[in-house]
Amino acid sequence: MTQVVVQAEDFDVNAELLALRNASRQVGAIASFVGLVRDINEGDQVATMELEHYPGMTEKSIEKIVDEAYQRWQVLGAKVIHRVGKLEPSDQIVFVAVSSMHRGDAFAACEFIMDYLKTQAPFWKREATPEGDRWVEQRDTDHQAAQRWHKS
Amino acid sequence: MIKVLFFASIREQLGTDSLSIEFNERWDTVEAFTQFLAAERGGQWAEVLLADNIIKAVNQEVAEGCTVIGDGDEIAFFPPVTGG
Repeated sequence: MTQVVVQAEDFDVNAELLALRNASRQVGAIASFVGLVRDINEGDQVATMELEHYPGMTEKSIEKIVDEAYQRWQVLGAKVIHRVGKLEPSDQIVFVAVSSMHRGDAFAACEFIMDYLKTQAPFWKREATPEGDRWVEQRDTDHQAAQRWHKS
Repeated sequence: MIKVLFFASIREQLGTDSLSIEFNERWDTVEAFTQFLAAERGGQWAEVLLADNIIKAVNQEVAEGCTVIGDGDEIAFFPPVTGG
């Protein structure tokens, strides 16, 4: 059971976790991550953020990442929600949850999906700061995080 | 026809989000097509499309310069991604 959703609307973390819980009686662990809009980036105040994406490719690229997680770990279910459009500090941007029989697989697969999503899924953030609007730059640390998972 | 899409800062710099171009067999690869578009449009287009960190996708999958293209393909140009 995998679902990838890109939407402007907010999401309900409890409802998502409940759905993963109820999907199978084999589930012994669910690991989840929620990403939020910060009010400060690169030292500047962020008033709002606008998220753009590439409809079609976004969903396909995340599905590919989740499929790889299924191959690497014992995954029973996974859900990824990513919001687009205008967001404000403290708003939820992204949700990743993985269910498994045991916590090790759930933790690893959840972190793997998030690290790859950051470097591969076609989303772009634009922030409004007191100095004007700007496109957010990609971080080297995000690439390093994704590289940890590369197979030698 | 080839459908060409531009996203985020690339879209802003070029002032357009998409183009439709009649396919020409001389553009056998992503690199050849990019060179054609840069040369045909010149100026800002050449600068933006030939930048080192631009990412290209063919039919919604990230492509290399040597990726083969054909009639009906969708080619996208975008900057490094910043989601999550």
